[in-house]
Amino acid sequence: MSPSRLAAPAALVLLVGISAVTGVASLSGGEWWILGVSRLPRTAAALLAGAGLAVAGVIMQMLARNRFVEPSTTGTAQAAGLGLVAVTLVAPGAALWLKMAVATAAALIGTAGFLALVRRLPSRDPLLVPLTGLVYGGILGAAATFLAYERDLIQYVDVWMNGELSGVMLGRYEFLWAAGALAIAAYVFADRFTIAGMGEDTSRSLGLDYPRVVALGLVIVAGIAAVTVVTVGMIPFVGLVVPNMVARFAGENLRRTLPLVAMSGAGLVLACDILGRLIRFPYEIPVGTILGVLGALVFLWMLNARR
Amino acid sequence: MIETRALSVHLTGKPVLHDVSLSLPRGKLTALVGPNGAGKSTLLTALGRLIAPASGEILLDCVPLNTIPAPELALRLSILRQEGAVGPRLTVRDLVSFGRYPHSHGRLGVTDRAEVERAIDRLDLAAFSDRYLDTLSGGQKQRAQIAMVLAQQTDVILLDEPLNNLDLAHARRVMRIARQEAEAGRTVVVVLHDLTVAAAYADHLVALKAGRVAASGRPDQVVTEPVLSDLFDTEVTVAEVGGRRVVLTL
Amino acid sequence: MRGASLILLAALALLLACLAFLSLGARGDWGFVLMFRGTRLVALITVASAVALSTMVFQTLAANRILTPAIMGFDALFLLGQSGLVFILSGVGVAMLNPYLKFGLETGVMLVAALALFGALLRRGRGISRMILTGIVFGILFRSLTQLLNRLIAPSEFSVVQSASFAQFTAIPANLTWVAAGGTVLVSAWLIAQHRRLDVMALGREAAMSLGVRYDRQARQMLAAVALLVSVSTALVGPIVFFGLLVSALTHHLARSWRHALLLPLSALVACTVLVASQTLFERVLHLQTSVAVVIEGLGGLVFLAMILRRRKS
Repeated sequence: MSPSRLAAPAALVLLVGISAVTGVASLSGGEWWILGVSRLPRTAAALLAGAGLAVAGVIMQMLARNRFVEPSTTGTAQAAGLGLVAVTLVAPGAALWLKMAVATAAALIGTAGFLALVRRLPSRDPLLVPLTGLVYGGILGAAATFLAYERDLIQYVDVWMNGELSGVMLGRYEFLWAAGALAIAAYVFADRFTIAGMGEDTSRSLGLDYPRVVALGLVIVAGIAAVTVVTVGMIPFVGLVVPNMVARFAGENLRRTLPLVAMSGAGLVLACDILGRLIRFPYEIPVGTILGVLGALVFLWMLNARR
Repeated sequence: MIETRALSVHLTGKPVLHDVSLSLPRGKLTALVGPNGAGKSTLLTALGRLIAPASGEILLDCVPLNTIPAPELALRLSILRQEGAVGPRLTVRDLVSFGRYPHSHGRLGVTDRAEVERAIDRLDLAAFSDRYLDTLSGGQKQRAQIAMVLAQQTDVILLDEPLNNLDLAHARRVMRIARQEAEAGRTVVVVLHDLTVAAAYADHLVALKAGRVAASGRPDQVVTEPVLSDLFDTEVTVAEVGGRRVVLTL
Repeated sequence: MRGASLILLAALALLLACLAFLSLGARGDWGFVLMFRGTRLVALITVASAVALSTMVFQTLAANRILTPAIMGFDALFLLGQSGLVFILSGVGVAMLNPYLKFGLETGVMLVAALALFGALLRRGRGISRMILTGIVFGILFRSLTQLLNRLIAPSEFSVVQSASFAQFTAIPANLTWVAAGGTVLVSAWLIAQHRRLDVMALGREAAMSLGVRYDRQARQMLAAVALLVSVSTALVGPIVFFGLLVSALTHHLARSWRHALLLPLSALVACTVLVASQTLFERVLHLQTSVAVVIEGLGGLVFLAMILRRRKS
């Protein structure tokens, strides 16, 4: 157990090291300030967003009792984007924290709407859940695009929906620490989310206030998704790929696996970001694009692999 | 001790139980029997506070069930449900440990761990306690879920069709455990299909038909040809084999 | 004859919509108006017919009214082929290629890829939910790959991704319009001529084969026709995901028939009427320039969701 327990942190440290020295500007010429202003903040942003999104994904999977869901496939990210477009239209000069609050509220409502929709689906066909989520997210996204298109805000929507880390600098990513804090909060309540994954009846049999656990989970998921969308843009499929891979090897007793989920999510996003910096050096491929390809491939494999 | 008074329960708007008044005594094993759709599972689910009654009352030790706070109730009453799916990918030991959640709130102490191991042993799960549930057979999963309920260590234990998917040896084992729990002073209520099993192990039988109590009493009062033939609307033969009542449906 | 009167009514509605589209708010020289708006009208009608027929035929092949080529990722596949060609042939200078030759190449790539991928998928058919979901995720994969290729081709350009991400009915390449219209007429005529065969194929593979239809061969031909039509509409306006579904739902609602002799022409008329009328409404009346596609997509998405949710009750 212990060597494998050390493997994830060791890999993460290695990735951070690579990330610090990968980029257009060279550090050898005494340009150490780049490290503090750009490289390390960017690395931190990748780690925080990755850990947060992976945790948000696993919580969504418990709440929806379905392993195919995550914030970008359940309308959460699209709702956050819709909220952002709305607040930008109504109050263009609003402070960032206010926009963040509106985006979080919108993500909360959007995700609650998804869960309400899922409750009405027959439980026999688990694939209907992600199917509904993808279309539901598509409709919310279309609404955001509609609003944005007419007011020339479309480039913002693109930035919000396609995660990219090249713009991250000191002073422009710090909201992401909130995603990290929410991931830690999720760990505190890990047992409750695992029990919620066993369903409402089992939760109540064990004395849990089920609606409250769902509400708590929704706040965490919506908060993480909204913060990510606002600061670096949505990074798809992290919350789908990572929890499913971890579940294969380590199960889903979240008290035990949540740290591994968070670390793997952080590592995956950072690795994809480093890849994005290297593929077309000195240009960059957005991390959202790379994960879009990678995540869709894993999703297809999950869908069609024999159990 | 758990009682119902003029209990009526609706499922999706339709009445399923009508005016059920029962007393399920402490220290006894009560079996709920009756034809399909009679309302046995619904009654058990209502007793387990998972469905709110349309009218009437359920009393746990003379206190209305719905006035007891959820965390306290989870220490006094546990229920095994029929639907098998667990959800998260857990090991057997993980699942059984969650039965201790009402006691430990996730921080397992020495007693908690001991109870978990005891429940695992009692259901003969030790050989695969670290296996994931999705790698087990239906009967093994069923036993793991029964072990989870046992680990909860409550005064009232409600089991809905616990013998589903179980082989002969494990069915007997589960019924013996249910008896031991009753003899230890607990209130044990079990929904059973097999009337021979019910007659052999239960202290008290409640027969439901079309949402009403059709008969109740000791096995020798309920497991008789006239009562059962009437209950199931079909000819039933009750034989006596080795001092036990055996129900034949030929 | 309910069918004939339906067709007549739909044709009348389309005529009215076209007249409104051509005349509303027109000023100045009619010759110029006709030339400018007329070309766009032809383009709209081409796209709408292509979407309608490809959807109806695809649904017959898939034996399902929720699946459409667009939902299964055909449009995204065409765009991926487009970018892929540019990427592979960047040395040759695809941008310099004759637009007709380029369109021909793209369509060829699309044909091969669609037959290879979706022919296999349709034949396997392991549950309709899995198929729809696989299609949608294929769509996501194709779009992400297209983005990736576009970044590799022109890494410094920021807007390459956005322009291709949804349909544009305002900036249609005029030089392609007439070629596309011709191609669509030919393919449509062929499909409509096959209406009896489609009626039999709608009974399912086994039933059709026992009635003497060479099903697999026929299905491949039909799928190729579908791929052609999707290429045409995507090349002209970009991807339209839910429009086909909207049209098919409307058509089935109106026709209440299984006869492709009625379904195919009616679906084309319905699609053209909806597209031309909504374009007129948004452009000429509401003065919203660009959002027709988005609104149609939103509506179609709602229809899709409603169909999925309703399926559980049946």
